[in-house]
Amino acid sequence: MRVSRSPLLVDRLPVWRARLVLGVLLAGSLALVGRSFYLQGIHKDFLIGKGESRYERVIEMPATRGRILDRNGDVLAISTPVKSVWAIPEDARLTPAQTRQLATLIDLDAREVTRKLAAERDFVYLKRQIAPDVATRIANLKLPGIHFQNEYRRYYPAGEVAAHMLGFTGAEDAGQEGIELALNGQLAGKSGSRRVIKDRRGQIVEDVESIHAPQEGKDTLLALDAKLQYLAYAQLKQAIAEHKAKAGGIVVLDARSGEVLALANLPTYNPNNRSKLSGAQLRNRAFTDTFEPGSTFKPFTVALALDKGQVRFDTPIQTAPGKLTIGTATIHDAHPHGVLSVAQVIQKSSNVGVSKLALNMSYEDMWTMFDSLGFGQPLKLGFPGEASGRLRPWKRWRQIEQATMSYGHGISVTLIQLARAYQVFARNGDLVPLSLARVDAPPAVGMRVFSEQTAREMRAMLEMAVQPGGTAPKAQVAGYRVAGKTGTAVKLEGGAYTNKYVSAFVGFAPVSDPRLIVAVMVDEPSVGGYYGGEVAAPVFSSVMGSALRALGVPPDDTPRPLQVANIVPPKEEM
Amino acid sequence: MARVNLILLIAVLLSALAAVSSNHRARKLVTEFEREQERMRALEVEWGQLQLEQSTWAAHARVEQIARDKLGMRPPRANQIIAIQP
Repeated sequence: MRVSRSPLLVDRLPVWRARLVLGVLLAGSLALVGRSFYLQGIHKDFLIGKGESRYERVIEMPATRGRILDRNGDVLAISTPVKSVWAIPEDARLTPAQTRQLATLIDLDAREVTRKLAAERDFVYLKRQIAPDVATRIANLKLPGIHFQNEYRRYYPAGEVAAHMLGFTGAEDAGQEGIELALNGQLAGKSGSRRVIKDRRGQIVEDVESIHAPQEGKDTLLALDAKLQYLAYAQLKQAIAEHKAKAGGIVVLDARSGEVLALANLPTYNPNNRSKLSGAQLRNRAFTDTFEPGSTFKPFTVALALDKGQVRFDTPIQTAPGKLTIGTATIHDAHPHGVLSVAQVIQKSSNVGVSKLALNMSYEDMWTMFDSLGFGQPLKLGFPGEASGRLRPWKRWRQIEQATMSYGHGISVTLIQLARAYQVFARNGDLVPLSLARVDAPPAVGMRVFSEQTAREMRAMLEMAVQPGGTAPKAQVAGYRVAGKTGTAVKLEGGAYTNKYVSAFVGFAPVSDPRLIVAVMVDEPSVGGYYGGEVAAPVFSSVMGSALRALGVPPDDTPRPLQVANIVPPKEEM
Repeated sequence: MARVNLILLIAVLLSALAAVSSNHRARKLVTEFEREQERMRALEVEWGQLQLEQSTWAAHARVEQIARDKLGMRPPRANQIIAIQP
């Protein structure tokens, strides 16, 4: 049968049907063209975005927190990547054997792990900050629902030795104490991100753009000398154990540059393991605790008297009978002396002698001197909780207060303030600002407080104080001429004096050209005396001696025990 | 006319192939670069850990303890120190 004879074709179809079909097809294809023009021409961003999201990825670029280095480049704090193990409890269906394996690896009790995995939450940390190799071993177990997160952990190799100075960072890597807080701005890094194209194997094949460039934290070079820091810490610790003291602090300053070379406090803590911390351990006493400086203050009063031309170093002062009554109060000397020269007043540490000098001064002059030495105001080094100490305005002073302040009572200071103020004697009567960071170009001259002449005379007097007949012969250092002053202050508690003491010693060496200032404070020594000359001076002596030798400072003194080798040039054999 | 067209066609084809191959090379180089950077980061991490390890072993407290306990060393007494005059 031929097609043309097919019965279907016998009837001729109306023309409009063909037209209709053609019209519908045309409209359909027009709609398609129009739509594709709309999608690719006008509304193209949407599809481009969708397409890119299939292969583009935004990658986090973590930035590391800067290292803290000591002045010689030894590492004091460093961040290194660690992993935190977390789990989605619903997915983590572990067999008891797997749980035990996991528990052993993350050093937790198996029951503890089971308890954590039973939690009704979407996310639990199993263990934070574990070493990367342990994480790899856990990952090799291929446990379901167990995941890892990259984090940084900060390590402090020096441990408790430099804990207060360095401080530590919190969980989010932000400084919380000490240098970590004071210099957080430069240490902290800022993580960045960038957009890349990845292929199906997850390899980056194209760098599209950098959204934020990461900012690496800057390494910070401190003024601190790790060796001196250890010496200071070890000696202080020994003294505190020996005298069964409550607490203590020590500061070592570079007299020329004002750098803080060492600063230690006790009790202390291990910054690498801060699970059990008490407030007492955390206290950076050298900065936050104020105490009455006692006799360590006398040199300032005497220096002012010399500077104003009121007395000379050899002017005689009557200190008999060892007490002085002002109004209703009486000032006593520990041992009564007769007539003393001004130099001997320092050497013997006579309260009466210093008070008599002070009573001839105006309140304002004395206040101005204390103020320009930096007392009563924080040093503003950026340490948290830095105390300013107490220096009352001179307009409200009374005579008895002027007298007691002249020997360091009725005024309170921090150890670091006291150490800094001794710069006026160790230097030539001027003060330079303290620095936590290494100073490569120390200021030649600081702010002048006393004349050079006064500073020189004070150095001689302070040297007498550590010699036989002075209050602190135990502060001597073999081979070096040292100078310094003891202080023993009765502690104030709730406005009343107690029978607890703070013993202190501040001094510097070598006297011929002072390099280091060391200030030692021991709080409530209970065994083996409480005088500054008994408790604090020996610490000063051993720290100063080892520090000077460690720094290679040439000896400027040759006392008895020290042998001096005579170098005889070897004769040439004929 | 036809010959010109043919030459143009071949030129277009060659250039297209070249573009493909150079793009491929670029991607391979980027991958390689990323791998090297990854290696750099890993080495930096290792360097950090080595520094940490070094400073832990060389901690003054540890050195002193070993010097005293294991090696029986102690600081010289004052009369054992001989200063050499320059």
